[in-house]
Amino acid sequence: MSDIVLRTENLTASYDEHIAVKNVNLSIVRNKITAIMGPSGCGKTTLIRCFNRMHELSPKARVEGKVFLIENSNEVIDIYSVDPMLVRRKIGMVFQKPNPFPTMSIYENVIAGYILNGIRLKKSDADEIVEETLKKVSLWDEVKDQLRKKGAFLSGGQQQRLCIARALAMKPDVILLDEPTSALDPVATMKIEELLEQLKNTVTIVIVTHNVGQAGRVSDYVAFMYLGELVEYGPTDVIFTRPSHEKTEEFLSGKIG
Amino acid sequence: MTKYELRIIKSKVISVILTFITIVSTFPFLLVLYFIMKNGISVINWEFLTSLPKPVGEPGGGILNAIIGTAILVTIALILSVPFGILAGIYLAERSETKIAFISRLVSEILQGVPSIVIGIIAYLWVVKPIGYFSALSGGVALGIIMLPLVIKSTEEILKLIPHELKEASLALGVPYYKTILKVMIPAGLSGILTGVLTGIARIAGETAPLLFTAFGNPFLSFNILKPISALPLLIFTYAISPYENWWAKAWGASCILVFFVLSLNIITRLISTRR
Amino acid sequence: MFYEKLNKLKEKIIEQGNLVESMIEKSIRGLINKDKALLLEVIQVDEPRTNEVEIEIDEMCISLIARFQPEARDLRTIITILKMNNDLERIADMAENISESALFLIERPLLKPLIDLPKMAEETIRMLKDSIDSFIKNDPKLAKDVCERDDIIDAYRDQILRELITYMISDPTSIERAIHLERISRNLERIADLATNIGEDVVYIVEGKVIKHGRYKDTEAGDA
Repeated sequence: MSDIVLRTENLTASYDEHIAVKNVNLSIVRNKITAIMGPSGCGKTTLIRCFNRMHELSPKARVEGKVFLIENSNEVIDIYSVDPMLVRRKIGMVFQKPNPFPTMSIYENVIAGYILNGIRLKKSDADEIVEETLKKVSLWDEVKDQLRKKGAFLSGGQQQRLCIARALAMKPDVILLDEPTSALDPVATMKIEELLEQLKNTVTIVIVTHNVGQAGRVSDYVAFMYLGELVEYGPTDVIFTRPSHEKTEEFLSGKIG
Repeated sequence: MTKYELRIIKSKVISVILTFITIVSTFPFLLVLYFIMKNGISVINWEFLTSLPKPVGEPGGGILNAIIGTAILVTIALILSVPFGILAGIYLAERSETKIAFISRLVSEILQGVPSIVIGIIAYLWVVKPIGYFSALSGGVALGIIMLPLVIKSTEEILKLIPHELKEASLALGVPYYKTILKVMIPAGLSGILTGVLTGIARIAGETAPLLFTAFGNPFLSFNILKPISALPLLIFTYAISPYENWWAKAWGASCILVFFVLSLNIITRLISTRR
Repeated sequence: MFYEKLNKLKEKIIEQGNLVESMIEKSIRGLINKDKALLLEVIQVDEPRTNEVEIEIDEMCISLIARFQPEARDLRTIITILKMNNDLERIADMAENISESALFLIERPLLKPLIDLPKMAEETIRMLKDSIDSFIKNDPKLAKDVCERDDIIDAYRDQILRELITYMISDPTSIERAIHLERISRNLERIADLATNIGEDVVYIVEGKVIKHGRYKDTEAGDA
């Protein structure tokens, strides 16, 4: 396949005795949107949490197998052999519920990754990052006069876009979105979906969704997971019109899930 | 009368009774406030707040020593209990499943139930005995021990209330664990922790029993934490059981100030916690 | 996202329409000018190309429906494009038929001067052009107009047939050439029918009304 940015090798992840992800081999294509879909509890969230080493924070979590990040410079990083903090700065994450930092202003939220990590930015650099990133998530025009206010007055959709901005500000290679619109109304959902389309030129996007429609609308590639296993993976056009597995067929037509 | 009308009447009767009982239950507090105001407010003036007690028989004089004393005792208690309390609270919230957490939570709860005079005795044994005399330090230690479980509990509870997503958001930005706790969790829970601390101060400011054989009392102004020191509740206790009418009035005045102090702390606490 | 893709699809079907239109025009021009190369181009280059585009459009339509589950007008548009795609491909086949007959005819002496046939071809091409235009502009009036013009083409066909029969009766050696000419006129007539289909489909996209199989008059009456 073409330019790969993230690759897993026999990735298996478990909580205590329960194996959530079984032996997954998956290659994520650079600057494309890959959707990971499947019924609830199929391990799709666990899978992406292995990509940025968030999974191991859960109690009694275990990960086997390998995950490689291939940077633009073609440098290959085995993410389980380096500092997890470094991995998480290169692979950003956006969560189900919008979670801007309540004690920080909108401005500070965007550069929260720098503030919290103690990375000093020049005022002009910080201004530039904030403006550029907020423009990327089409939030700039809505909040440019209220940058110093706390984000609590923003709508759910705006908060989620702020969270995407916060992840983007670290200039990651990949951002992982864990059902980013499940707490949002249809209009806000559509805005986020349109946003992803614009963002894929700058960053690779992996989105977890249990919503078949969303996977169909936004993604270039789609992976279908069932009971912890990767059943099928390929271009969305192909998977959605002529899947090769019975299970994928059933999931797409709403018989399971 | 139909069944429906009967039901409405029953409902109204119950509602009236409940309202009445609720109002009645505030009476004791209102009475206390009334008596303290009635007897105390006339005593309070500038001199009362800013001068030291005069010998029996002489008119005038004030309770400055007790006000300063209480301030010093509370400060010592804060210095001792807040850092330990917050750190222990963080541990309990973050590692709530471990054995250590289970045991220390239990111990903290028991400590909260120990009568304050017993804690006074412990402070006597720990501090007064080795040093050899009563001191502000020993009083502060006693008050600090009383306050500790309050701070632990409020910190733990508030941190548990902070959405898990917030911590994940920080960790997902590559922020190390300790920085996440310090820069994200603590600020997010700050108002709650502050509430706990203020409630603690309100609680210990009025404690008398543990001070009887630790801070002991001192009619003179003292800033030395290794010397005996006065405190508002101690002064009230001493003056109230004295045979002098003049001192009784002063005890009312001091009570008045103590009540105001505690009351305003409670109001501030309420304001902070509702603003959240 | 959806509308971007839908627009791309529309562009593609319009491209196909233009290509097919040019094929008819080329095959008639090839016949009149005895231009063998032009006729061969229609058969060897254009027709295979239309087959490819047809498959491409089919896949685009199916993907759009599978991924975006369009509703109402968007759904009608895609389904109609799917049908237009089919029609256009059939028209391309007919243009190929015309070119084949033309290749036969240009090698032989003219049976008679070509008068009605070019006019008929011109009218057919205009119908196809207008049906595609009505799709581009979402113009149901133009589309209905196309549907009405089908009668003119039918008249041409009958006229040409009558004429050719007289030739065939008077001179049996002309039969083979006459049959080829008749084939061309028959194909043109069918093309006009398909153009009418496209016109009907456009009315369906825009107004959601079915005007096929004689329902046209009813709806007109209903509207008045």
